[in-house]
Amino acid sequence: MHRFAKPSVFLKFTDPVLPWLAGVTALLIATGLYFALFASPIDYQQGDTVRIMYIHVPAAWMGLFCYVGMAICGAMSLIWKHPLADICARATAPIGATFTALCLITGSLWGEPMWGTWWVWDARLTSMLILLFLYLGYIALVNAFDDPERGSKAGSALALIGAVNVPIVKFSVDWWNTLHQPASIVRMDGPSVDPSMQVPLALMILGFTCYYFVVLILRVRLELNERRIRALQLSGMFDQRSDQDSNNEQNYDAGHNAEAKP
Amino acid sequence: MSGFMAVLQRDLRLALRQGADSVMVVAFFIVTTTLFPFGVGPEANILARIASGVIWVSALLAAMLSLERIFQADFEDGTLELLALSPVSMEMLVLGKVLAHWLTTGLPLIIAAPLMAVMLNMDQSGFVTLMIAMLLGTPALSLIGAIGAALILGARRGGVLVSLLVLPLYIPILIFGAGAVEAAQLGMSATEHLQIMGAILLLTLAATPFATAHAVRLAIE
Amino acid sequence: MSEFFAMGGYGSYIWGSYAITAIAMIALLVATLRGLRASRIERQQLEAVLQSRRPRKNKKADKTS
Repeated sequence: MHRFAKPSVFLKFTDPVLPWLAGVTALLIATGLYFALFASPIDYQQGDTVRIMYIHVPAAWMGLFCYVGMAICGAMSLIWKHPLADICARATAPIGATFTALCLITGSLWGEPMWGTWWVWDARLTSMLILLFLYLGYIALVNAFDDPERGSKAGSALALIGAVNVPIVKFSVDWWNTLHQPASIVRMDGPSVDPSMQVPLALMILGFTCYYFVVLILRVRLELNERRIRALQLSGMFDQRSDQDSNNEQNYDAGHNAEAKP
Repeated sequence: MSGFMAVLQRDLRLALRQGADSVMVVAFFIVTTTLFPFGVGPEANILARIASGVIWVSALLAAMLSLERIFQADFEDGTLELLALSPVSMEMLVLGKVLAHWLTTGLPLIIAAPLMAVMLNMDQSGFVTLMIAMLLGTPALSLIGAIGAALILGARRGGVLVSLLVLPLYIPILIFGAGAVEAAQLGMSATEHLQIMGAILLLTLAATPFATAHAVRLAIE
Repeated sequence: MSEFFAMGGYGSYIWGSYAITAIAMIALLVATLRGLRASRIERQQLEAVLQSRRPRKNKKADKTS
């Protein structure tokens, strides 16, 4: 039989944490939004558009954070064969993909007014796009198998390979960019960040990270439920078969009784 | 080593008997390359400018197209499980299969590439570099692609999936391969690019057989 | 107030990016919660069905014994 991660243990640990974590997330994002939209100065060069930074940078951070998390889960699944590691990696992928996509979209919305273009083949943008492809590949691979456990294992291997590849891609893309483009005017990190901007930035990064853990816990529960359902369905099928057998027996008995009665 | 040679010989013999595989890959490569002049227009300058990139992208796609056959047929008829039972290590067997794949796809592509370079009006100064870069790059394509091919064993819609998995991993080879040719055409030294491609080849040669073997074991487990 | 919403002329970009982020994050959360509820209901139903089935079998076993 498959070794299941013990759902009861996971629930016992996360049940008391979850409401607090959700509250902290809401609080962090709410105060972060207040600072980001009202209480932070406008940039002398970029004007109000600098406010996009407060979601763009945290989204980029989350995209990378989630990938590192997936790779660590992949390594843990490879070394200790702990089923929960596979489930965590699987649950992380959609969150990471969402944030990576958000990073690209908000970056575009920031780039249009500032650089005059939605998209530049800049090293950072390109490597972020490749990261999104890696996420999509992982999600497609994990869902391509009839047996979800086989999918998760293949996915863990892929996450690990991708993690090795990400620095290489980053490095090659950096080089590719400097070869083809003259010293870039494009600067994603903008001017050195003022303390008054650090506050909303830090709040939003923390808030997004907490949001990730809330959704992660929920998604792991979802995954555990689905595994349980599959196990029940399998045992149910066996039961049904044995039920049919016993029904036949019953009919047989009934037939005997009917014969015996008269 | 004997297991390695046995697998290599067997795969080569199979590929030669069927014959069509290598021809198909080269045909795909030529057809894809031919599409570009229709897309961007037949001006010689533009074609010469994009030739190295077009050749590399087409070679990438052609190599990817043939990845499925490294393991798929052997997985379906159970050969892979028998191979796993043999005392030879899976890594060696994988390496033999990858080498066979490269000999039947990468090598024909290298031979076909100068032909397409001429047709795309590529500057002659880039020819030698193109050949060397492809000689270094295509084995790495086969090695990396084998991981993808092993990961998708038993999956639904494996063919489409393998391209989604492998393409992001191919990007460095594309960048440095096309970069080397471009540097040579501009009269600069392509040595740096070629050295990096050599480093990528050595790295993939050392690391990917383990990853591929692991993926194969997952599939036949 | 309208000045605040205009954001120095970049309102559509700024509010657009905040809106997209909010929509995506809320959608992900809602999708997860709905999936979780659906899976919980399905699991409980299955558990109930299997529970109701097993004792019956036991009873029958009792009868026959």
